[in-house]
Amino acid sequence: MINSATRWTRAALRALVRDNEVHRAVYTDPEIFNLEMSRLFRSTWVFVGHDSQVPNAGDYFTTSVGAEPVVMVRRADGGISVLINRCSHKGVRLVSEGSGNLGRFIRCPYHAWTFGTDGALQNIPLRDGYDGTGFEATEARLGLARAGAVEVYRGFVFCRLSGEGVGFHDYFGESLSTLDNMVDRAPAGRLEVTGGMLRYMHGCNWKMLAENQTDACHPMVAHESSAGTTVRIWGEQPEGTPKPMAVEQFAPFVGTYKFFDNMGIRIWPNGHGHTGVSDSIHAAYSAIPGYQEAMVAAYGEERTRRILGEVRHNTMYFPNIMVKGPIQTLRVFKPLAADRTLVESWTFRLVGAPDLLLERTCMYNRLINSPGSIVGHDDLEVYERAQQGLQSGLRDWVNLGRLFHAGEGATSAEVVRGTSEAQMRNQFRAWLRFMSAHEEAAS
Amino acid sequence: MSEQVVPPDLERQLQAVVVREARLLDEQRLDEWDRLFADDGVYWLPASSSAQDPRLEASHLYDDRMLRRVHIERLRSAHAHSQQPAGRCHHLLQTPEVIEADLAGGIFGLRTAFLYTELRAGRTVTLPGVAHHRLRRAASGFLIVLKRVDLLHAGEALPAVEFYI
Repeated sequence: MINSATRWTRAALRALVRDNEVHRAVYTDPEIFNLEMSRLFRSTWVFVGHDSQVPNAGDYFTTSVGAEPVVMVRRADGGISVLINRCSHKGVRLVSEGSGNLGRFIRCPYHAWTFGTDGALQNIPLRDGYDGTGFEATEARLGLARAGAVEVYRGFVFCRLSGEGVGFHDYFGESLSTLDNMVDRAPAGRLEVTGGMLRYMHGCNWKMLAENQTDACHPMVAHESSAGTTVRIWGEQPEGTPKPMAVEQFAPFVGTYKFFDNMGIRIWPNGHGHTGVSDSIHAAYSAIPGYQEAMVAAYGEERTRRILGEVRHNTMYFPNIMVKGPIQTLRVFKPLAADRTLVESWTFRLVGAPDLLLERTCMYNRLINSPGSIVGHDDLEVYERAQQGLQSGLRDWVNLGRLFHAGEGATSAEVVRGTSEAQMRNQFRAWLRFMSAHEEAAS
Repeated sequence: MSEQVVPPDLERQLQAVVVREARLLDEQRLDEWDRLFADDGVYWLPASSSAQDPRLEASHLYDDRMLRRVHIERLRSAHAHSQQPAGRCHHLLQTPEVIEADLAGGIFGLRTAFLYTELRAGRTVTLPGVAHHRLRRAASGFLIVLKRVDLLHAGEALPAVEFYI
């Protein structure tokens, strides 16, 4: 592809990220956004979907990876392909948005070129019209562009668009333990995407959402209006009123600084990390009848205790998803422009668990992540105010320095205080590395 | 529920509930609005027009009395920064149509097409849809058992919607 010249040389990018602050351009500059799409989102492992969305051969699901429209499709051999949703002939989007079944091949609605579920060009009507035209040497002959690498990890489908780069396990390392825990919480040992996805448009940069997932100094402030009001109204209920699930879910958002500080943050290499090392907002939910029994039957007492004892809050998988094991949700922060992000919030069924767990998951998603959520209104407002405020040219730096110490990030799986901004800095160290490593090599 | 012909007087009474409900929202008389609901009444904004089960399917809102109370009080909170400056909303309704009637049981269903507009800090959101009211006869008139709002854009990426549609 043709690379346009950029003023963002490696040195210029490096100057944007300091130990304890970042330049506002990383959130506001459209050219940096474009570089994120062509470098960061091609060289990292990005979430695509879940294998339960495509159980049968030919099943597909369309989504995007960075700026690339992709289709995830189940092949006849049982594997999963991640193909760029663009006909190799005229560039037409091949597969309609959403999900369904393609049959044995993908057929373009324009000129009926057909492609296998592996992306290979299968057939062209009147093919002899290309004889002797040099067709064999064209890009069209290569079929559909496809992800450089695809990995299905315990049902979760990730891809790396670039043909070369870091391997899946090297990239995620020990951070996969959060996905493991979510899957292990299913008595049958597997998850299903179900319930329907919430889609919410945000007028801010995608990294603001990514940072907020481990920001433990904002809930008791930003969510005073929503969670604080819930706690007050709950307090007015007559003595003995059973505590509703909604109150259990809202109330911890106005936990104290001490509570959030004590829960801790664990930092992994390549920008991954999680809050809720030793405690979390999900730790005190009521037991679900029948669930414990199903877990013990599947795993035994000891292993069940270990699985359910892990109550991690938010796990950020760099660059753009957040996973909550104990409540079975996943959020995708899809970058659309420097100041525009689509937030998708997914829910999972723990196969073999009572329906009440899925009900709890759907309630959490609705109460916290929907466009009607009062908690979400609190967050969106501050993101958008930040996006607007960063337009100011008289201040250039955003501070991420809380509890910074020299040598941070040198050890793997370091655990720090919950109110540290260390995970945000961890994300920016990874950001800088994946943004500047491919200066000449962007393919 | 059986479909029966509804006497014109009754039809007008039922329609008046729906029209008043929208007016109370637009005038931000939210305590009065909430009292239109039966004690077990629910406000539902599904994330898909085909949604059947609010427990196990995605919704934007599924609010019982306590959650409506929280939502209303939150809008009035000094800490609700997304309401500074305060927003307003506007419902443009088509004539509510009685589509279900159980005269003996005192249960009625109405369908009302609408165009909802929300204005907040200079930004306008306009959403078309259909509201389904299930009303129950009570000593004081009719109470809302369920208000289900099916947005045309229910499954699309939505902007923030801060008021009840």
